[in-house]
Amino acid sequence: MRRLVTDTGIAFTREITPELRYPTTIVLSMMTPLIFLGLFGPLLTGVPGLEVGLPGASPWQWFLPGIVVLLALTGTAGAGAGLLNESLSGSFERLLVTPMNRLAMLLGRTLKEIVTLNAQALLLILILLPTDFRLYFLGTLVGLVMLSVFAVGIGALSFTLAAVSKSQTVFYGVQQMTNFPLVLLSGVLLPMDVAPGWLHTISRFNPATYLVEAERALFVGDFGDSSVLYGAIASVGIAAVGLYLGGRAMTRVTL
Amino acid sequence: MIHTRNLTRSFRVKRKKSVEAVRGLNIDIEQGELVAFLGPNGAGKSTSFRMLTTLLPPTSGTALVAGRDVQADPVAVRGRIGYLGQGNGAGRDYRVTDELLTQGRIYGLSRSEARRRSGELLESLDLGPLANREAGKLSGGQRRRLDIAIALVHRPGLLFLDEPSTGLDPQSRADVWGHIGRLHEEFDTTIFFSTHYLEEADQWAKRVLVIDQGLVIADDTPENLKANLAGDRITITVGTPEDAKNAAEIAERMEAPREVTVDGTKVTLRMSRGDAVLPEFVRALDAAGVKALTAELWRPTLDDVFLALTGRTLRESELEDDQADTSDWQGA
Repeated sequence: MRRLVTDTGIAFTREITPELRYPTTIVLSMMTPLIFLGLFGPLLTGVPGLEVGLPGASPWQWFLPGIVVLLALTGTAGAGAGLLNESLSGSFERLLVTPMNRLAMLLGRTLKEIVTLNAQALLLILILLPTDFRLYFLGTLVGLVMLSVFAVGIGALSFTLAAVSKSQTVFYGVQQMTNFPLVLLSGVLLPMDVAPGWLHTISRFNPATYLVEAERALFVGDFGDSSVLYGAIASVGIAAVGLYLGGRAMTRVTL
Repeated sequence: MIHTRNLTRSFRVKRKKSVEAVRGLNIDIEQGELVAFLGPNGAGKSTSFRMLTTLLPPTSGTALVAGRDVQADPVAVRGRIGYLGQGNGAGRDYRVTDELLTQGRIYGLSRSEARRRSGELLESLDLGPLANREAGKLSGGQRRRLDIAIALVHRPGLLFLDEPSTGLDPQSRADVWGHIGRLHEEFDTTIFFSTHYLEEADQWAKRVLVIDQGLVIADDTPENLKANLAGDRITITVGTPEDAKNAAEIAERMEAPREVTVDGTKVTLRMSRGDAVLPEFVRALDAAGVKALTAELWRPTLDDVFLALTGRTLRESELEDDQADTSDWQGA
């Protein structure tokens, strides 16, 4: 257990150090959400069905919670790419020959993704503060915690994919194939309520949908909404599945 | 340090077809040895190494490495060995010092100990000026030295080097071997390295294990392998075919030769210790009034040993291997 904690710290430090040296990489890796925020967000003004919170609230109030989930679905979901590169180049192999705890390799890397994700989310919030977006502090805080739990699962699944796929083609193929539907069916960009019945039904099988709804409630401080409970269940579920599969993949990986 | 018994590993290549990359490996390597694992690509070197370094579970058999069983106690094995893989051990985006510190912390050094140790290694592997550079920006030779430094952080008593100098220019190769040789001399580190460079095994190893198609087919010092399995060759030319016949008769009467052949005015003798036989032979020819015009001593390489053992040269095997393209079950 002590080994697990120490080694998680070592793995985390190894991953975060280059990022702290070049913080611009954090901004570069959030290009997709930034573009959506800047080029897609303004389109939403006047679109009906986007009201959350008080009547007449800013569309950002509806849009931002979806965008932070998008950060996890684009950024964190691609975290495995780094591990894949390391496993193709030989440095992952070097670590596997050390007594470092295998689960800690996964946890340390995932933890770094969580830190990055939260830094990016905070940056987006800061960008929107000068607009008519209204910050509900406690709700946002809980929202980020829930997002982090969800991202633990997404990150771990991405590392799992990297550990088992062993090739760029397989990794990016599977990643794209699962990622796009997850994003499109989550209601991040447009409300799923306006979707035709069958599409709406499919979207109810997407855990990200529940998270997005929960985030929208939390970002206006609405703790009582039932979506918060469903979002929490979805996030914890994804985290549990991700950590289980990731832990298994790490202990069994042979390269 | 290393004891394996009937170690095997097979890979499934197709639905029902499996390939035995290693077939019954029996190796005993003692403390302080410097041993080469020589064989063509695909012979089973890397697969064996991966089993010995806990990267790959064996299909059957046992392996004790540094006193621990690789399957029962892989973590203990990992703590006692150093490993230099074929790839780049240091991650591309990480600085030289950072990777050394990380490695030190993994092996339980405190921050200050890790810092001190990485300083020592930077110094001894001539990496000092590169400490703050990213590993991806180093030259091939520098990167290899860094990987060696990383493998040495915890002062392992046993070091596995998987093709330590592959892909390096001649100068970097010599440099890397200089460091490895020193490590062996100064710290009595047991070193087991794989290579498909014959010269390297010949020059650096004190013992050579020749592996082909998953089996160890010879195990001795390079000198003994060459003397016993290939032998030296002396070729002389004389003025006339009659002289050549006389020379051959003289050669037959000498103790050493295993084989004498005549081809026109050329006489070829095969034997061990050709360096001692040549002067004696020339004197015997002189005494018999046969005038040798040229005399040549030809000493074997490990490639001749491989040829004698398998009927093909190492280079031919490499070509076959390329054609068969077994690279999809990588690591064989």
